[in-house]
Amino acid sequence: MPAESQPRADTPTAALEIRGLKKEYRRGEPVLHDISIRIPGRGITAVIGPSGTGKSTLIRCINRLVEPTAGQILFKGLDLATLRGKALREARRRIGMVFQEYNLVERLTVMENLLSGRLGYVSPFNAWMRRYPADDIGTAWELLDTVGLTAFANQRADALSGGQRQRVGIARAIMQRPELLLADEPTSSLDPKTSVEIMELLAGLTQGRGIPVILNIHNVPLARRFAGHVIGMAGGRVVYDGAPEGLDDTHLKEIYGGEDWLE
Amino acid sequence: MTVASPIEREWRRHTPRQRLARFALYFGLVAACVVSLRTVQFVPEFLYDAPEQMADLLRRMWPIEWAHYPKGVHEALIETLHIATLGTLLAIVMAVPLGLLAANNITRHVGINYLAKLLLVSSRSVNSLVWALLFVAIFGPGALAGTMAIAFRSIGFVGKLFGEAMEEARQGPIEALRSAGAPWGSIYLKGYWPQVEPAFWAIALFRWDISVRESAVLGLVGAGGIGMAIDSAMNLFQWERVALMLVAIFAVVILAEIAVTFLRKKII
Repeated sequence: MPAESQPRADTPTAALEIRGLKKEYRRGEPVLHDISIRIPGRGITAVIGPSGTGKSTLIRCINRLVEPTAGQILFKGLDLATLRGKALREARRRIGMVFQEYNLVERLTVMENLLSGRLGYVSPFNAWMRRYPADDIGTAWELLDTVGLTAFANQRADALSGGQRQRVGIARAIMQRPELLLADEPTSSLDPKTSVEIMELLAGLTQGRGIPVILNIHNVPLARRFAGHVIGMAGGRVVYDGAPEGLDDTHLKEIYGGEDWLE
Repeated sequence: MTVASPIEREWRRHTPRQRLARFALYFGLVAACVVSLRTVQFVPEFLYDAPEQMADLLRRMWPIEWAHYPKGVHEALIETLHIATLGTLLAIVMAVPLGLLAANNITRHVGINYLAKLLLVSSRSVNSLVWALLFVAIFGPGALAGTMAIAFRSIGFVGKLFGEAMEEARQGPIEALRSAGAPWGSIYLKGYWPQVEPAFWAIALFRWDISVRESAVLGLVGAGGIGMAIDSAMNLFQWERVALMLVAIFAVVILAEIAVTFLRKKII
């Protein structure tokens, strides 16, 4: 029984609240229709649904890698949907992100990739001179110990395997000391065993630090195993919003369509 | 529904219309070659005594006047290298901003993209000898005019390739840095630069390699370097010296090629 499952009663304050979020890439063809959800203040919230249903768009609207068309995204008293310039940057550095394709800077060393999680706090000149605060370097070493890549600190990221790269990706996000972590299909490019290891690492690192996580994932068993809350999406709409235990075959049929695959 | 038998299920890569178009293209190419052969003006009389002329020229070039090297060639050769190196450096300084303006993922303004591309194309469309003529008129004959000619001819080359390298940079790592709240300066330094660095050095070295060869002829229009020495030796029919200079240029080009290959391996 994973310890991450937390009853909702324990989480009176939401980590994030989305109200009436709508996104159209082309006018009149919404990808997200009027999404309104609350993300619990602790544990992992899994967003499940088939490919192309807007999970990625939803998570990217939160840190504004994608511009929402309408709606509010409330985070610590801020409406992320309206922020611009410096205010947006300062909000972004409070939100970590982990990607499906890891998105490391391949030709930089593992250590520099970790430290680039601090770029929101370090001036470009100091970043150029590689002058990072001693505190950040200390945190980076600790994280490298935790993810088991200490020996790789000075190797280039392109020398690592997929699982190792995602460990660096997660460590980089944790370097931000984020108040919320977005994970966009972090295990979809990995084999089943590595996927579980990566999920365990992600859950462990965020739980210990009290960081709530929004996790896009299409693997339902993994979502059930690690998430304390599940949001099911289909056709750009939320069709399930509740505990993982409440998710049954009727819901899965509605989310993914068909039923043969449930056998 | 009837399933077609395997024999009836044909497969063709191109539609009949595409096949016709491809045939027309090949036919057109052959026709163009035939027409060109008919219109190009061969003067057989010139060709008949070409071997004699060549032999005569080579005989005049022999023996190579090695003793002249320290007196009249060494300095000009070094000047040529200076023109090539300084010109290329100057070009890089001017080309990088233009390349950034031309890259549509860096400068999100179509008008500015096209303006920058227009400047880069105009730099490339003018031959370095023509640039040299222009700068000789402005600065007078000498190495300065040559340096400027190399620089202005190289801007288009370096700027175009650098801009394209920027456009091809993977967007994933850039997104990762943006989502960490990095300011744009840090995104360039830690996201774009590591990705385009190998391309940048390859472009710079390749351009320097080309500049060395181009700067050797700039002297023909008075823009300094070894070309000037060749020009005067030819005018004075000192073919043994011309031979020496040709050998010297050849040696320098080979050395530049070796140096560039070595450095490229080191950097990438």
